[in-house]
Amino acid sequence: MTLNPRAMAKMLQFDEKADRVVPPTGFTARLTVFSAFAMAFLAVFALALSSAAGRVADRWGDELAQSSTLRISAPAGEAATQTEAALRVLRTTPGIEEARALSLDQQRALLSPWFGATLPVEDLPLPQLIDITESDEGYDAAGLRLRLSAEAPAAVLDDHARWRRPLIDAAARLRLLGWASTLLIALATAAMVTLAANAALAANAQVIAVLRLVGAKDTYIASAFVRRFALRALTGAAFGTFFGIASLFLIPAQDDATGFLTDLRLQGWGWVWVMLIPPLSGLVAFIATQYAARRVLGELA
Amino acid sequence: MIELENVAYSYGGGELLTDMTLSVPPGSFHFLTGPSGSGKTTFLKLCYGALQATSGHVRLFDRDVRGLSRDDVALMRRKIGVVHQDCQFLDHLPVTENVALPLAVSGQDVADNEADLKELMAWVGLTARADAVPPELSGGERQRAALARAVIMSPDVILADEPTGNIDWDMSQRLLMLLVELNRMGKTVLVATHDLGLIRAAKAQVQTRVLRISNRRLQVAGADL
Repeated sequence: MTLNPRAMAKMLQFDEKADRVVPPTGFTARLTVFSAFAMAFLAVFALALSSAAGRVADRWGDELAQSSTLRISAPAGEAATQTEAALRVLRTTPGIEEARALSLDQQRALLSPWFGATLPVEDLPLPQLIDITESDEGYDAAGLRLRLSAEAPAAVLDDHARWRRPLIDAAARLRLLGWASTLLIALATAAMVTLAANAALAANAQVIAVLRLVGAKDTYIASAFVRRFALRALTGAAFGTFFGIASLFLIPAQDDATGFLTDLRLQGWGWVWVMLIPPLSGLVAFIATQYAARRVLGELA
Repeated sequence: MIELENVAYSYGGGELLTDMTLSVPPGSFHFLTGPSGSGKTTFLKLCYGALQATSGHVRLFDRDVRGLSRDDVALMRRKIGVVHQDCQFLDHLPVTENVALPLAVSGQDVADNEADLKELMAWVGLTARADAVPPELSGGERQRAALARAVIMSPDVILADEPTGNIDWDMSQRLLMLLVELNRMGKTVLVATHDLGLIRAAKAQVQTRVLRISNRRLQVAGADL
């Protein structure tokens, strides 16, 4: 089946007479409108989820890619010396913008979510942490490890790659899942519209016989059904999209604790994709009904 | 105008019509008769391309029906007005819209033909019933509405399948007069009927040729009709 833009435009032209030749069918009309409504509503959420997952992946990627941590687990007497040595190495390593040894207060703040704010970190054998900020070009991790093993053997470099990659992969897969869900929703819409159109065409075999008797071409007969179903899908999807967007606004505002779960607000291209749901639903219904009409009209010939 | 050459038609393994050869010239008036189930309706359907002959050739307006696409057949039907025994209307539309249906499907603006439509409705005596829907019409009114629909495109050929099958004698005479009038206007008319009284009444008005389907074959009927 090919999509001829001129034929599509002709079919979508409002022709009250052509519309009237098909009797109003309340049940299939309501079924199509409701299906399109429900599918558009779900598509809004799938796209919002995909968009949010994309943002999370980007944020995690950006934040983690720019930082590393050096851990120095040395006996108490050597810790300060090795920290100084490690800082010297870091400050002379190309690609490192800043290297900063964390104070006891900063280490306490890091541990406070688990142990509380009153943890006596000064009495604990904690390793000294050095926060490394990379420049845009980044540094050679393998070369740095070699230099550190010579200058500060107790230093262990963690460039976050080991746990950053799975997180970013998970977010990317979540984004892909959102798009796959949207595609499945479009296919399900097409299937439901095809079923409804098939039912309507079969129920109107007598109408088709009369139209053929008086010289109607298949294009004319098909257009009466195609236009009707495309407009129903467009209407249902418009309402579904509207209510889907409204529901996104009902989700509680983002905070640090629930950010990932609640940050489903649409941004940038997300709005564009969501606004395309109603016309795309109409297009899907147009193609599905045209396919069903051609098939049924061929069978009834 | 309509030509059949050694046409046969089979359905469900059995041959319904065989070895049919006929030429219907322009402006002629033909009756097709035969007992119920003899194949009159099938014959008419072959004549307007609703069925394809199993063998032989059906030519409409000098074109072999076998080589025509569905769209070509649709265009051909605009030159052939068909009146069915069961009329076949769109029951949800008023009579006027049903009569104007051939104009609508051929892309003509019905509003531009409003005067002709009114005249046609008056000609078949349905002006007062213009806004009724088909289920509200009597048998005779339905037949006259079907005839009006068949002629609104001013077709060259009128095919009528048992047009008086469900109506009384007076109404069938009125319908016959309409068909005779169309024939006098130069239209080719082919009427399938088993109503011999109708045929005799027509012969008194216009020159007709009577065909009969007997034993699956087409014959010219004798002078007894």
